[in-house]
Amino acid sequence: MKTKRLMLGNEAVARGLYEAGVRFVSSYPGTPSTEITEYAAKYDEIYAEWAPNEKVALEAAMGAAVGGARAFCAMKHVGLNVAADPLFVASYTGINAGLLIAVADDPGMHSSQNEQDSRHYARAAKIPMLEPSDSQECLDFVKLAYDLSEKFDIPFILRTSTRIAHSQSLTELGEREEKPILPYEKNPAKYVMIPANARGRHVSLEERLAALREYAETSPVNKIERASDNKIGIITAGVSYVYAKECFGDTASYLKLGLVNPLPERLIREFAASVERVIVIEELDPVIEEQVRAMGIACDGKNLLPVVGEYSSALLAERLLGKKPETVRLDVQMPPRPPVLCPGCPHRGVYYILKKLKLTVSGDIGCYTLGAVAPLASIDTTFCMGASVSSLHGRNIAIGDEKTSVAVIGDSTFVHSGITGLINMVYNGSKSTVLILDNRITGMTGHQQNPCTGLTLKEKPAPELSLERLCAAVGVDEEHIRVVDPNKLDELEKTIKEELDSPCVSVIICRRPCALLKYVAKKKPYSIDENKCRACRACMRIACPAISVSENGKAKIDDALCTGCGLCTQMCRFDAICE
Amino acid sequence: MDSVKSILITGVGGQGTLLAARILGDAAIRSGYEAKVSEVHGMSQRGGSVVTYVRYGKSVVSPLICEGEADVILSFEVLEAARCLPYLKKGGVVVTSTQEINPMPVISGAAKYPGDLINQMKATGVRVISADALSIARAAGSIKASNVALIGLGADLFGFSHDVLYESIMSCVPEKAKAVNEAAFKGGLAAASQRHNL
Repeated sequence: MKTKRLMLGNEAVARGLYEAGVRFVSSYPGTPSTEITEYAAKYDEIYAEWAPNEKVALEAAMGAAVGGARAFCAMKHVGLNVAADPLFVASYTGINAGLLIAVADDPGMHSSQNEQDSRHYARAAKIPMLEPSDSQECLDFVKLAYDLSEKFDIPFILRTSTRIAHSQSLTELGEREEKPILPYEKNPAKYVMIPANARGRHVSLEERLAALREYAETSPVNKIERASDNKIGIITAGVSYVYAKECFGDTASYLKLGLVNPLPERLIREFAASVERVIVIEELDPVIEEQVRAMGIACDGKNLLPVVGEYSSALLAERLLGKKPETVRLDVQMPPRPPVLCPGCPHRGVYYILKKLKLTVSGDIGCYTLGAVAPLASIDTTFCMGASVSSLHGRNIAIGDEKTSVAVIGDSTFVHSGITGLINMVYNGSKSTVLILDNRITGMTGHQQNPCTGLTLKEKPAPELSLERLCAAVGVDEEHIRVVDPNKLDELEKTIKEELDSPCVSVIICRRPCALLKYVAKKKPYSIDENKCRACRACMRIACPAISVSENGKAKIDDALCTGCGLCTQMCRFDAICE
Repeated sequence: MDSVKSILITGVGGQGTLLAARILGDAAIRSGYEAKVSEVHGMSQRGGSVVTYVRYGKSVVSPLICEGEADVILSFEVLEAARCLPYLKKGGVVVTSTQEINPMPVISGAAKYPGDLINQMKATGVRVISADALSIARAAGSIKASNVALIGLGADLFGFSHDVLYESIMSCVPEKAKAVNEAAFKGGLAAASQRHNL
């Protein structure tokens, strides 16, 4: 009997890679895609690495695939923006051994700065895209993608979303099919994308897409499920299919699209003609709907359903069937519970000082984005990975804000795309100050190694990238590369003030490991001496979740949460916080 | 069990809701059901409200639980239980730890933690089973086991035998934490039976 297991969508994708004989994986972490690569790294047969960013990862995977090894690369939706440059040329060159790119969208923005719809990339870059709706399909579609990638000489994209990536469902496991490395033959007309060659490859691409469109008409992943009557026909894909099925059950017919680019036009026409009313149900943008309408087929879709946020069966029931559930609610004001910097977080002191100095803070993407939340509330802008450094440069050249502004960026994000912004600062004579919050790990995505940590994805020792030497190498004056412990507030404040006054680019490396790292020992929790506490609330200004106010107005420390980092002791003028 | 059973697990990021969900998912499979477990990773794990869904039955389509659908709300924290109350099905049960964790707006003084939430939930006619899961876990040897204590507290509501739940707990927790979790599970079961006797 075959083994069936409850598997996370991301784990099932990794299992699919294993079974498909994939040899090479290169990715950059990003919620909700991260665990694919972590699970893939557990298979000895698969080489797996963290790359500094998604562009490097995809190019590495392209190199492996053209070289003849089945290759893979995973990223979150916004990571595909970073990898877009190689993506758009990969469809032209095609591959040798199969190449698959997994991209995980985040409708509802559980952990992202936008909710872009990656299906636009499949259409724009002319790359076929598969979209699974549970863990079993994650595994099956990965294996199918490699066969099709090699058959049609084109990379494939597997699109998931948070609820597919991070839901577990039963998955049947198979065996690995070992794929020998395919011979590489020099073929500049195919792989050297100078205009003369690219013109030919564009023609070839259109021919390959035409063949794929034909394949789509009979692909086993595009399935029709018939209801007993022909009143409603739903065209859907991915997680939207399970919401639709939960809502309509067998009262509707379904055209469930596993291949969402290119679409099967004849199949869609035939399905639409067989039902009285067509509804297109897809989260985010009307990508399928617009193509269905362009075929001249009348349908419902975004006229009834939102383009914003996550769908659910309840949302469909309300919007399409006018049904609302019976619910119980308390008539009570409930304070929200936004995510916060953890107790003992090394970023906390940095934001306290930045707020105290009333600086304009150019923020970035990572745990430290939480410095934007009240009461620390010290971040002015957060755009995308690396933008803290590059946008601060623009601000300061344009309006001369060097004395009262800084950029903050994490170690992993700095290597990802902050370094190019720093090169620009040095090259173009900026006087800005950049704080690298070096917590010795990629934090928000759940502790991934990066070039600064001295370990690879497979936990093997690696050369440790020195941020000090890197900044010096791009031309930052070594006297203005400072390293401080962000938990020493006085020293941190003094250093920031000095560097704001400096006439050149400064980098302050705030170095202290993430409090959640296993090797960071929790110290004995602190407690409040009630006799000394004057209820002045100074300790509350650092916004530590372990500190709150008792009914008598005095501070109290939750010993289950306190890590003993001691930051709060520097806030108290009455020595009321003791070990 | 013909219909799908929906267990909504809620708490504060970092409290161990993911492991609780995995244990219940494992117990569902051991009991011969199909199951879907939906987790949330990333930003909300940093001390924010977290919600995890476990659904099982003969056949499960959607991994999500919508308002009015949960048979059981298993909550690590009182305010989060109250926040999720609209997800409870008519006749559903709230199982909550009595632990209260102040969210940042309360810590910073911008809002107040609402008082007496457990009684307010009961006043709506909802059945609420509550116990201090943190103390049960602490007595068992580690506050990290409060998730397993909570599973013990709700053990009779899931439709699994205690033996199956026990096996699932043992298969989902690390080797060195087995004794502590066994004690926490038993502590939760004992607290639940005390509630029955009242």
